[in-house]
Amino acid sequence: MSQLTESHTPAPPTPPAPPSRVDGEPRNDRPIRQRRIAPEMVAELGGSAVSALAMVWLVFNLSGVSAPLGFGFCWLAAFLTVYGLLCWRRHGVVAMKDRLATVAIWVGALLAFIPLVAVISYVVLKGARAVFSDFPHFFYADFSNYTLSAPTSAVGAGAAIVGTVEQVGLATIITVPLGMLTATYVVDHRNFFSRVVSHVVDAMSGSPAIIAGLFVYLLWVVPHHQTGKSGLAAALALSVMMLPIVTRAAQEVIAIVPGSLREASLALGSPQWRSVLRVILPTARVGLVTAVILGVARIAGETAPVLFVAGGSPNYNWNPFSGQQDDLPLRVYQMIFQAGGNARNDAWGVSFVLVLVVLTLFLLARLIGASGPGRSLAPWRVLRRGPQRSGR
Amino acid sequence: MTAVVTPPAPEDAGPDDVPMVLHSAPSGPDRVFSGVLAGSSGIVLFLLVGTVGFLCYYGWPALRDGGIHIFSTTWSPDSGHFGMLPFLAGSVAIAVIGVAIATPISLATGLMINEYAPRRLKPALTGVIDMLATVPSIVYGFWGLQLISPLQAAPARWLAENLGFVPILRTPSPGQYVKSIFACGLICAVTIIPIITSVSREVMAQTPRDVREAALGLGGTRWGMVTSVIFPFSRNGILGAVLLGLGRGLGETMIVVLVLSSANQLTDKLLGPGGLGSIAQEITDNFESSSPIYKSGLILLGLALFLTTLAVNIIARQIVRRSEAYAS
Repeated sequence: MSQLTESHTPAPPTPPAPPSRVDGEPRNDRPIRQRRIAPEMVAELGGSAVSALAMVWLVFNLSGVSAPLGFGFCWLAAFLTVYGLLCWRRHGVVAMKDRLATVAIWVGALLAFIPLVAVISYVVLKGARAVFSDFPHFFYADFSNYTLSAPTSAVGAGAAIVGTVEQVGLATIITVPLGMLTATYVVDHRNFFSRVVSHVVDAMSGSPAIIAGLFVYLLWVVPHHQTGKSGLAAALALSVMMLPIVTRAAQEVIAIVPGSLREASLALGSPQWRSVLRVILPTARVGLVTAVILGVARIAGETAPVLFVAGGSPNYNWNPFSGQQDDLPLRVYQMIFQAGGNARNDAWGVSFVLVLVVLTLFLLARLIGASGPGRSLAPWRVLRRGPQRSGR
Repeated sequence: MTAVVTPPAPEDAGPDDVPMVLHSAPSGPDRVFSGVLAGSSGIVLFLLVGTVGFLCYYGWPALRDGGIHIFSTTWSPDSGHFGMLPFLAGSVAIAVIGVAIATPISLATGLMINEYAPRRLKPALTGVIDMLATVPSIVYGFWGLQLISPLQAAPARWLAENLGFVPILRTPSPGQYVKSIFACGLICAVTIIPIITSVSREVMAQTPRDVREAALGLGGTRWGMVTSVIFPFSRNGILGAVLLGLGRGLGETMIVVLVLSSANQLTDKLLGPGGLGSIAQEITDNFESSSPIYKSGLILLGLALFLTTLAVNIIARQIVRRSEAYAS
């Protein structure tokens, strides 16, 4: 059986021609590569784009309208019209639909990638100056020197970094064992309770972030009054967010551990607990580590859960168990609502650090996740191996 | 190399690879281990039950005072008015706008990754989409406040001036078009795109290969194959993905807190500041500085948000699960 469908180039084939030649069984059952970008096709695309640009430019110039977004939109609409007409006249209506859809899909996909590039470059553009103007200082100073007239070089994200590391670390310590055990339970035990738990995990993984903050506020801060606001409370709120994420991901990883391994371990006389701890979890460790790091990356940037429970503090507070503590997203939030001065610049600086932390974690997870199951996770091995093609 | 072309379902877990069911009395340590597993699952369950319980308990004073009037339009908890409609309507409007913008873009992205892009780029492209979900929402909010909200003002003004006869295309504050419900929805769309893309992409990838190839083999174009095979086959999964996106939009907090400027009024004008409110924003803005009864009202709002999101998510997951089960 040949696998044709996934191998097409951006340029679609003309309708009457069969999509590809099929001469018997392809070797290794690999899709046939069909890289046919006819010069004619390029000419049609380019010509339509240029003619549409000329038309729209003429209309905008004559009417004297100045609207860059409107210009882009009109250009796209005119391009689609011209290109559609052209393809209709030359290749018929079926080909026209196919080509217009191809263009629309590429434009739509481009629209999804633009925000990522835009937001990251905007953060770098705005934040790099604050961070690197006085280079290492911004990473260890705190906000105790902040005044309305204080320059950005007087403050730094040090206290917030300490808070984020401690809170996220505590949340990870709470969440990882719970998540692994719950995932094991849901995968191994097929009964009513495990089905309920699985559905609850699904439902909770999409619940609003602000609710996690409210819940921990009511559960922890209200009984402890004002002393309840601490790094630990923030860690609890982050755990509420993180537990469903980690459990869901771990479930998927544990479910694909081959049943034969499980059986072999049980057949050798190992009790259930030992086969889980010594066979199943170690086999799945690459996926589990990836799941945990992705969970950490997701919650490290959460603001809403920690808003009411961390308290925030401009000074260093190394002890997460007592006293209010700062963290990166909370610091960004507070600086945005701080009036005047360099507050916005400071906020961009802290945002830059936050994005740096989160994306580093994300890339680390991808790098580890790209290696095969059951392989060594020592950093030097992972780096030397490099990313491999994953089957997903 | 065959591993690269396999569909998501692992091939080695064939029908012969299902673990045998063993019937024997578990040993002592195993019973303890089973108990530990069940206990940790119980903690997950407690998160849900505890959240609903605590919110109900602390929201009860407001519910008792408000009664049926919680579904009215006046919000002033300190004088006994608990009308939640402006906030509910605002949260729903933002989520719906976000989903309406995100759905076509996400479907296009999913199709592009599955069918159009070179196969080699597939892991990288899914990685980039996941990356979009990893950027903290406060960064999106700040970016939206500074860049997108002013940028969308000109098109919004154009819409209001030329299509103003449509009720939702007007502004509550004449002449102003920034910090609107529409701007919030637009920025929320960015956070909704990754979830709809990844779920719908996985569903669409499960379309049986032979049916797709049959469509192409009969001389259909690729777009014909997409509309006549992939879309009908994955219709339910796509619906589930869209609902998941709606849940995400409903629960979005920081973007709305930073961008929206509201007057907590029930209105159908969505293109400017000073109209509908949002549950997440009202809670965030007033929770720290309010009287006990106000707090209770805010917690009631939180409960309404939580239950709505929960219902949407459960329905969505159910639909996605069923569609995946149907596929395999």
